[in-house]
Amino acid sequence: MSGLKRWQKDSAWAALALLLLLALPLLDPSRVVVDFIIRLCAVGLLATSLNMLVGYGGMVSFGHAMFFGSGAYAFSLMLQKTAVSVPVALLTAVVFCGLLAAVIGAICVRLKGIYFSFLTLAFQMLLHSIIITWTGLTGGDQGLTGGIPRPVFIGIDLSKTQHVYMFSCVLAVVCLLVMRLLMQSPFGYTLRMLRDNEDRAAFLGINAWRVRLYAFILAGMFAGVGGVIMALFVSGAFPDFSYWTMSGEAVFMIMMGGIHVFTGPVLGAALLQIFNDTITRNTQYHGLALGLVILLFTLGFQRGITDVFKGWRKWLPAANKGGH
Amino acid sequence: MDLNALFECLGSMSCIVTQTSTGLIVGALLFLVAAGLTLIFGVLGVINFAHGSFYMLGAYVALSAYRITDNYALAAVAAGLGVGLFALVFERFFMRRVYKSDVLLQLLVCYAFILILDDVVKIVWGAEFQSMGMPKAFQQAPLFIGGGVVPVFYVYLMAAAGLIAGLLWFILTRTRAGKIIRAAAQNPGMTSALGLNTRLIYASVFAFGGLLAGLAGGLAAPVRSMSPGMGFSILIESFIVTVIGGMGSVSGALLGALLIGLIRSFGSIGFPLFVEGIMFLAMGLILVYKPSGLMGKGQS
Repeated sequence: MSGLKRWQKDSAWAALALLLLLALPLLDPSRVVVDFIIRLCAVGLLATSLNMLVGYGGMVSFGHAMFFGSGAYAFSLMLQKTAVSVPVALLTAVVFCGLLAAVIGAICVRLKGIYFSFLTLAFQMLLHSIIITWTGLTGGDQGLTGGIPRPVFIGIDLSKTQHVYMFSCVLAVVCLLVMRLLMQSPFGYTLRMLRDNEDRAAFLGINAWRVRLYAFILAGMFAGVGGVIMALFVSGAFPDFSYWTMSGEAVFMIMMGGIHVFTGPVLGAALLQIFNDTITRNTQYHGLALGLVILLFTLGFQRGITDVFKGWRKWLPAANKGGH
Repeated sequence: MDLNALFECLGSMSCIVTQTSTGLIVGALLFLVAAGLTLIFGVLGVINFAHGSFYMLGAYVALSAYRITDNYALAAVAAGLGVGLFALVFERFFMRRVYKSDVLLQLLVCYAFILILDDVVKIVWGAEFQSMGMPKAFQQAPLFIGGGVVPVFYVYLMAAAGLIAGLLWFILTRTRAGKIIRAAAQNPGMTSALGLNTRLIYASVFAFGGLLAGLAGGLAAPVRSMSPGMGFSILIESFIVTVIGGMGSVSGALLGALLIGLIRSFGSIGFPLFVEGIMFLAMGLILVYKPSGLMGKGQS
């Protein structure tokens, strides 16, 4: 397959997925499905952007939700405090996340393995405590409430759930497609090479620090878009968005879905969301139940669901081996 | 920011004494937790993300033991031994299976345990804040040193932490067990080839690290209020301590812990809202200028 064909194929898949998503409310207009998909758009972006670091870069960030939270806060604050339009607020939020990721990443990507994980976790807790203490701006542990104004732009009125749904779907699918193309680009392959053999990459003259930092910044920005969708959904932003449990869940989503298939994290996000919704309806001991499921996956299966399918596919004779 | 308050404090002897004693207490408890974390990392090469939960468990075990026996010393010992035993089980049945796996799996196993232990504590001891109260033996008039007020309990706590630090130093540098631990940290393959059971060494070090965290939780019980999830902030702080001191270095952990303790107590006067920020700033500076930490040996 040539590169050109591949990107056309990916775009076609994205267009098809978007079409299906937009048609879905026509089949089942219930609020449950719509809400589920909007949340999935947000969390799926968080998980997939994290997988750019974990699956493709071998950098296990345990603080990725800080960009999710930052995106939500920046977006909500822009709309609440200034009179800008929604696209401008979106853009500001994404740029803010990128700058934040540049500063934090410049320190973190020097480190490897578990050091990197812990340091990202620590920065996330710093950000979380800033959100909690800076009550005047962020509303403290109550969160940013009071709703966010949603001025109409090019005919899109985000005070209507229907429009939020379409907006979220378009945003999420476009972001996923861009991430996919990025990961199939020379940049994506450089990132994989750094994961697999850093010395070799260094011999080829690749600046590991810079490539990793770019990946960190990009991942932060896409997580920020996820945060924006979440902010639209809940009409505000809450400290929990950038709490460590959110990062932990994101890490589990990509592990459960599988880190070696591009859409694995989205599948993981969907599964975890279904699991969370079921659990919270039936018991107050959400952590206990989630913990046991995580242990089952990590110690029992030791790999994600799509990895299992990928393993099967290997045994099929004329399997189409795309991806990586 | 309130720099005037800070300078005013630094100008008065009583304030210096009070804040220093508070800082030393924070530092002493932090050292016990961080020492276990850094020891486990130094020998096994893994970071135990559930270490803060061990501390929490220690505090709750001490609470129950104290309510039953009414003896604080016994409660602290029970906390140490109980959590040490738990760490042994945790290592044997869970952690050991992911030593060779990806960091991702190690992280998730610990994450699962943080969630599970928080909920177990909620089920057994309740979700609301609890406190042990000061044991009767320590309910005495505080000491006055240079005009500053120092509770009697603080003196005992510092003595206990100092004793443990000394003991740790003695075990690691002067005994055969310490030699074996250091050998396993440096070259596990060779240690194993020489006929020493590295699996056993790993298990014992993990259990010992757990014991220290449990003991810290038990010792802290009279001066800290307890709630599920209390382990997480101390996990982050002890990580900062180990980064500042140097990963794998116990003496570095001591230095880092005292530094963080003092930053916390004096920082809370000068910059009450930015105390955590200063800790991170200290860590960031160390990481940029000396990535291996103050006492680290080049690992980064």
